[in-house]
Amino acid sequence: MARITLDHLAHAYKANPRTAEDYALKEINHVWSQGGAYALLGPSGCGKTTLLNIISGLVRPTRGRVLFDDLDVTDLSTEARNIAQVFQFPVVYDTMTVRENLAFPLKNRNVSRERTARRVEEIASLLDLTRVLDRKASNLTADMKQKISLGRGLVRPDVAAILFDEPLTVIDPHLKWQLRSTLKEIHRALDITMIYVTHDQTEALTFADKVVVMHDGAVVQTGTPDELFERPAHTFVGHFIGSPGMNILPCRVEGATAFVGTSLISLRRTYRTLSDGERIELGIRPEFVRLQPKGAGLPVQIRRIDDIGRARIARVEMSGRPLAASIPDGISIEGNEASLVLDPNHVHIYANGHLVAGEATGGHAA
Amino acid sequence: MTKPLNNRAWFFVLPVFAIVAFSAILPLMTVVNYSVQDTFGNNQFFWNGIGWFQELLDPSSQLGEQFLSSLMRTLLFSAIILLIEVPLGIAVALSMPREGWTVALCLVLMAIPLLIPWNVVGTIWQVFARGDIGLLGWVVNRLGIDYNYTGDPIDAWVTIIVMDVWHWTSLVALLCYAGLKSIPDAYYQAARIDGASRWAVFSTIQLPKMRRVLLIAVLLRFMDSFMIYTEPFVLTGGGPGNATTFLSIDLVKLALGQFDLGKAAAMSLVYNLIILAICWVFYTVMTNVDAERERIEA
Ligand SMILES: Nc1ncnc2c1ncn2[C@@H]1O[C@H](COP(=O)(O)OP(=O)(O)OP(=O)(O)O)[C@@H](O)[C@H]1O
Ligand SMILES: [Mg+2]
Repeated sequence: MARITLDHLAHAYKANPRTAEDYALKEINHVWSQGGAYALLGPSGCGKTTLLNIISGLVRPTRGRVLFDDLDVTDLSTEARNIAQVFQFPVVYDTMTVRENLAFPLKNRNVSRERTARRVEEIASLLDLTRVLDRKASNLTADMKQKISLGRGLVRPDVAAILFDEPLTVIDPHLKWQLRSTLKEIHRALDITMIYVTHDQTEALTFADKVVVMHDGAVVQTGTPDELFERPAHTFVGHFIGSPGMNILPCRVEGATAFVGTSLISLRRTYRTLSDGERIELGIRPEFVRLQPKGAGLPVQIRRIDDIGRARIARVEMSGRPLAASIPDGISIEGNEASLVLDPNHVHIYANGHLVAGEATGGHAA
Repeated sequence: MTKPLNNRAWFFVLPVFAIVAFSAILPLMTVVNYSVQDTFGNNQFFWNGIGWFQELLDPSSQLGEQFLSSLMRTLLFSAIILLIEVPLGIAVALSMPREGWTVALCLVLMAIPLLIPWNVVGTIWQVFARGDIGLLGWVVNRLGIDYNYTGDPIDAWVTIIVMDVWHWTSLVALLCYAGLKSIPDAYYQAARIDGASRWAVFSTIQLPKMRRVLLIAVLLRFMDSFMIYTEPFVLTGGGPGNATTFLSIDLVKLALGQFDLGKAAAMSLVYNLIILAICWVFYTVMTNVDAERERIEA
């Protein structure tokens, strides 16, 4: 059990990396606090597995340090780190029974026979493996094998952290739900730091207290699911989290007014520091853009209406820019023309992709 | 589910039958034919029934005694070869690099002995091991060890065994290497996470994953060593005395040296059956481990 600190961590698989592109992980500074349930979220190839493997010691970072509490473990082997990791695809030891598989990590660490037996029974009942404990692991289904892999990850109660690398990829959807809540329960019961890698946002948001979003080898935002939704620190987060993702519109900002094409949007905050060379964008989630019958508001053309179950989403065009907007219940729109009303509290301004804070202003600009 | 019957399949199968019949079944039948007859040359044959077989399998007869001792020699030879080459091949495969340019280098170096024709291998070692001009023989004698493979049976055996190990261990190693390469990295990573020792990694991951290729390696090495002919023939000619007269050498002596076609035919049939039987035993034992496991679970 430990707090894990990543200090100026960077990794390149190539020898002699030169440009930023050579790095699978760009510089990362991050602290995983003891007992947290983290989700590490990001698209394929952004370096999630690399980061986990560095934490567990399977990969040695090119630069930077890994600390468990105050101990520098960068040069320690995986075995010496006392950490558990579960991989994307099931790994079972073919010649052993399920029971022996689950006991293997404990046996290798000379845990006494009675404690091992007790622990194996506990884990098996948590994961519903009791029935098959005495069968050989080799010819079980992929689901079962992955449960065994999970079990081996969970069986040591004293680890610094448990790392899960997309552990439920091969699992059936209905079982997925169940296992995720089991993991959550185990987390509550044991107070162990857990880092759960996924590229599925619902999985991340349901498992974790804190979500770490990675993009292209860097951590772009860390926060609670609400924070990620309400205040994306990067246009990538806005786009990646939420379905549909945030609307990102190129714009020009003067003081507290944004110009999108020919439309004017008034802002809650004043932005004086934006320089001309930067790429300025306005971001707002579809949930905060309301479609209304033609009238006051920004004029738009409707292209399509999607019913996504819990809401209706209109795909519209504003000054030639595509946009997603929500349609409030009980409103029906005739024809193609409509108006948009933006909730000014949820309009964010981004410069080169990063959120700009702006200064609070009392009044509203025109 | 019923599979549609397609009579055109015969079109592809029949030529194969025909070729197998001409190349294997007919010659084999000729051998069977010879094995029940006696000949005094001049292409005259006389019916002898199972006489040769009786004589062959009766150790008190001269033929039977000769057969039994060659058989024992050959079995001993195969056993020694398997006991050395299989563990050695596994060890070599385990110590080969897994990536980088050295992989190609290793593979090429190891393939070289496999590409040398048998009689050349025999000749190489015949010269190499000579006490007067051979590098190996000379050095060994110089070291104060009395070594002479043409005079001393033990020396002759050692030379043949070392030669075969040199010639064929890389086959076992290459097969094992292929088996090892097919193990996904995740297994090794999981083993490190689980704190497995080097030995545990070998016995719980590598060896089980190599079982299939090992079966092939054992079968190939058994058959080959049990039928070994060319190299010892070139190296020792079966001597000194009869010390290295393996079944195949015995057989050729009988058939071509003495022109005892009947005896030789009977002997080759028995020889053949022994090989088949032993291969069957290996195969059943090694695959049964799998079957056993499944049966217990079912
Ligand atoms: N062993 C390796 N050698 C060289 N490059 C690698 C290696 N492993 C990963 N990479 C590269 O590093 C980058 C990050 O890979 P990584 O596996 O960490 O991504 P990921 O976020 O886990 O992706 P996924 O969601 O597909 O699992 C990728 O561009 C990948 O091609
Ligand atoms: Mg990955």
